[in-house]
Amino acid sequence: MIRYLLRRAWQSALTLLLSTVVVFLGVRALPGDPALALAGEDRSPEALEAIRHHYGLDQPLPLQFAQYVERAVQGDFGVSIRTGTPVSSMLTTALPVTAELSVLAILIAAVLGVGAGVLAAVRRGHPAEWLANGLALVGLSVPHFWLGLLAILYLSVATGLFPASGFVPLLQDPVDNLHHIVLPAVILGTGLAAIIMRQTRSAMLDSLSSDYVRTAKAKGLRPRAVITRHALRNSLIVVVTIVGLQLGGLISGAVVTEQIFGLPGFGKMTIDAVFQRDYPVIQAVVLLTAMAYIVINFFVDLLYSVIDPRIRVTGDPA
Amino acid sequence: MTVLTVPMAEAGPASLTRRTRVLRRLRRNPLAVVSFVVLALAAVVALLSPWIAPYSVEQTDFGHTFSPPGTPGHVLGTDDLGRDVLSRIMLGARASLEVGLLAVATSLIIGVPLGLAAGYFRAWDAVISRFTDLLLAFPFLIMAVGLAAIRGASLGNAAVAIGIAQIPGVIRVVRSDTLRLKSLDFVAAAVVDGASDLWVLARHILPNATSVILVQATVAIPAAILGEAVLSFLGLGIQPPAPSLGTMLATAQQFAARAPWAAIFPGVVIMILALAFNVFGDALRDALDPKGDR
Repeated sequence: MIRYLLRRAWQSALTLLLSTVVVFLGVRALPGDPALALAGEDRSPEALEAIRHHYGLDQPLPLQFAQYVERAVQGDFGVSIRTGTPVSSMLTTALPVTAELSVLAILIAAVLGVGAGVLAAVRRGHPAEWLANGLALVGLSVPHFWLGLLAILYLSVATGLFPASGFVPLLQDPVDNLHHIVLPAVILGTGLAAIIMRQTRSAMLDSLSSDYVRTAKAKGLRPRAVITRHALRNSLIVVVTIVGLQLGGLISGAVVTEQIFGLPGFGKMTIDAVFQRDYPVIQAVVLLTAMAYIVINFFVDLLYSVIDPRIRVTGDPA
Repeated sequence: MTVLTVPMAEAGPASLTRRTRVLRRLRRNPLAVVSFVVLALAAVVALLSPWIAPYSVEQTDFGHTFSPPGTPGHVLGTDDLGRDVLSRIMLGARASLEVGLLAVATSLIIGVPLGLAAGYFRAWDAVISRFTDLLLAFPFLIMAVGLAAIRGASLGNAAVAIGIAQIPGVIRVVRSDTLRLKSLDFVAAAVVDGASDLWVLARHILPNATSVILVQATVAIPAAILGEAVLSFLGLGIQPPAPSLGTMLATAQQFAARAPWAAIFPGVVIMILALAFNVFGDALRDALDPKGDR
């Protein structure tokens, strides 16, 4: 177990380092001289030289990289070129919004997806299976930002049931907060639910046709116990993977939903930064996305080994 | 000589009967037939759209802005600039399909060799796995954002970004199928017979892995179509005035209360395209499944 843990930790650390290098070099590959962008009015060679010196841009690349990592580790991602606000304080206002949206969406997706997946696998040939399969296919094929658009058009603008856009912090007014975030969370969640449903269904079909389920049935266990304690438990590993991957992807995956519903989250921050060519912000955003993904993946792997002890030995999901 | 006939049999008549069996299963599945017909129709319309679209996509008509669907001459209505929605949808669907195919081609060209290598050569597996991890850590939007920032936003760059993001999926399925095939007798026979690694990969493993690659491609195309819609909606994909279903939705959003049709039809078309690919992909997977009617 310890060996497995160490190996996974080493792999994650390596990926993290590599992605930092990619982000660092990627931002330097972007067109435009950052010194020119920072200089503003005074573009004399001396002023540019002073800026390059001040930001360490005249140092050799490896040294710049080391300094960049050193600052990033301390939570210092520099200052937004556009607004002058420290990137870290922009993050502290944007991240909670995205975190709340993501957690709600994943909860909705997991409940809907696992429920429908189990139902479709257990009720084979029943109309419920057809309905669940059909809905999952539609959920997989529908552009979710379009659903969001229609929801705003027909649920917010037409009836006034939900606010069309905007956000109220959770601590300021929990009820109003939920009122603002529930529609985007449902829209985001249903798309994820389709993927979870399909994976759950196929994993359940596999375990339902396995020997241990037959044994469990033969020894007279109630069908409900067979399904929940035997088949579902063994299908969980697939579900955990998918949910983990989705959570990692949501940090940026919520971009469009946030954009449509005007939620001031991480995604909106990303898009704004891209259109304003705000490189320090882009750099921080990309790095954090990659980091979140890698860290979440590491924990998903740990969770695996709890669910399926065989992995600790072989190091591969069975 | 006997060792030689084994791989021959595997790639020869056996696969021929398998192909007819798969085709027969597809023909008997009504969902497969319907989705195939929808895709064939969409392909024809997309190919011919520059000639059969009733209006030029950039032709504005300020006397007839926001005409509702059913207006004579404008079956699906017009938008804020009086442009014909149907014509724009036809060319937008063409762009969607183009991006879908281009993205999948990109992911296959890079992903298939890497997947084969990772599954066949143990030493390469660790390196390629780290590469996959790295790719996965940058979601496609981030990739697209980066590419758009470096090379500018365009149809081609959007497709490449989506394709790059789809590489890990290709590597994963090809790698696991290579691992499976490698352990089979006919590959061992070829190796014993003195075949080089490259020969084994090209002549024995790749042909037998085509079915998983095909299924992967059919699920990747709709994902790419949705990806293009998202990118264009955000302004990172196809640039106006060129029509794209995503860009149409982005502009329609601004006047959705006044002209909901301009916001509804492009979305419906994206959904139909993606749904047809997904349904056909499901049917294909079932038809290719050696376990039969599951």
